[in-house]
Amino acid sequence: MLSYEELHHRAALFRIIRDFFHQQHFLEIDTPVRHPVLIPEANISPLESEAFFLQTSPELCMKRLLALGCSRIFQICRCFRREERGRHHLEEFTMLEWYRSGADYLDLMDDCEALVCCCLDEMRRWLSSAGMEDSLFASLSDRCKPTRPWRKIAVKDAFARWSEIPLERALAESLFDEILVEKIEPRLGAEGPVFLYDYPLSMASLAKRKDTDDTVAERFELYLDGVELANGFSELTDPDEQRERFVDEVGTIAAAGGREMALPEKFLADLEKLDTCAGVAFGLDRFCMLLLGKNDIHDAVPFSPRDL
Amino acid sequence: MYSASDLRKGLKIQIDGDPYIITDFEFSKPGKGQALYRCKMRNMISGNQFSQTYRSNDKFEKAALEERKMQYLYNQGEEYHFMDNESFDQIFITREHLGDNINFMMDNMEVQVLFFDGKPIDVSLPIFVNLEVVKADPWAKGDTSGTDTKPVTVQTGYELQVPPFVEEGDKIQIDTRTGQYVTRVKE
Repeated sequence: MLSYEELHHRAALFRIIRDFFHQQHFLEIDTPVRHPVLIPEANISPLESEAFFLQTSPELCMKRLLALGCSRIFQICRCFRREERGRHHLEEFTMLEWYRSGADYLDLMDDCEALVCCCLDEMRRWLSSAGMEDSLFASLSDRCKPTRPWRKIAVKDAFARWSEIPLERALAESLFDEILVEKIEPRLGAEGPVFLYDYPLSMASLAKRKDTDDTVAERFELYLDGVELANGFSELTDPDEQRERFVDEVGTIAAAGGREMALPEKFLADLEKLDTCAGVAFGLDRFCMLLLGKNDIHDAVPFSPRDL
Repeated sequence: MYSASDLRKGLKIQIDGDPYIITDFEFSKPGKGQALYRCKMRNMISGNQFSQTYRSNDKFEKAALEERKMQYLYNQGEEYHFMDNESFDQIFITREHLGDNINFMMDNMEVQVLFFDGKPIDVSLPIFVNLEVVKADPWAKGDTSGTDTKPVTVQTGYELQVPPFVEEGDKIQIDTRTGQYVTRVKE
């Protein structure tokens, strides 16, 4: 739970983020939380609400709006993921998501860097105008600003450097996530933010395949202080390839004894009209946690399940 | 049976026939990746510790533990004897398994005995116990430096630091979780 003062910090952060996007002529949108069909994702399970699912991300509707002709859109919304409870996980959490048409994942890495640095500057400015000490954000700022441009490490290189077994074997033996969490993530972002990029194709079902290496997808994750903060990619815009990947994913879910899932047909139909674009999902509660110097995401939201 | 989402600090599960308590727990999930449940555990019989990472589909047997209210009777060398107040069954637990608990156990005291698979493995004591001071240096009246403490010995042979005004024959309350002095009690 947040203190009286921290509520003001969080509100200032949200205002600064909205200003950041409005200044660049992004359109703020709001899309439904309940959906009849979701993107099939093997490792994300949704909460149900009568005949609907609560969104696990606002991706479906946002990309349909891009297909409709919107070129820059952002949204701050609630997402829900079943049984994700931990020091960095809330089942109900706040997501900032934005899309740019005509852009790729490299452009969005730049966006992330600009956004985080802008937030740090503006938060410090706001603190001093409110007559408060800015020591709260100073150390985070010292780790983020002098290290620009932030380091980029390809997933393959991170495995070569820190994993005892190579990436190919980790994937074949389904040890990828375990090695990522135990060997790689603790090394990321201690001396400044890091982008981990070019994920194996199997781990990016909505991302575009890289032109120069068809085993990887143009996907990145931003790590700050070892905490995964944002996930972005160059969007896959080929409806046939997207359908194939969804069918694969539905098969994986069924094989693991999971629920039967229908495909999001309206989304696939709109994909025909989608041009080159890229999008990012950015965890606002986690960012708030890092800004406020907390170790637990439950202490970075106005009310966590523990407070109800 | 427990599933991975039930895992948390303090949960007791059974692995390869032994009871384990989870002493440390962390949920991790890389973006779009699998949920990982990282546990540190202690074998409740041998005391051995180990770490293990579990996945969503893993299942766990509940440790076959049972708590019974019993009375501590007496000790004979390394063996500490207890009696069930209803069935009058008697059992003993070795000093090694009781650990620091023996510092706070008095004859006829009621305790909870933890059984695994029918065998007693541990006791849990009341949080606070009152014990008599059997050895203490007298309080030098001139000493007014209120923050000082002095060592005393209580009836179980346990030694601890107390405020200087505690005297031989006093009863004091001790927190069994920390082994520390709480207050002097009048009876």
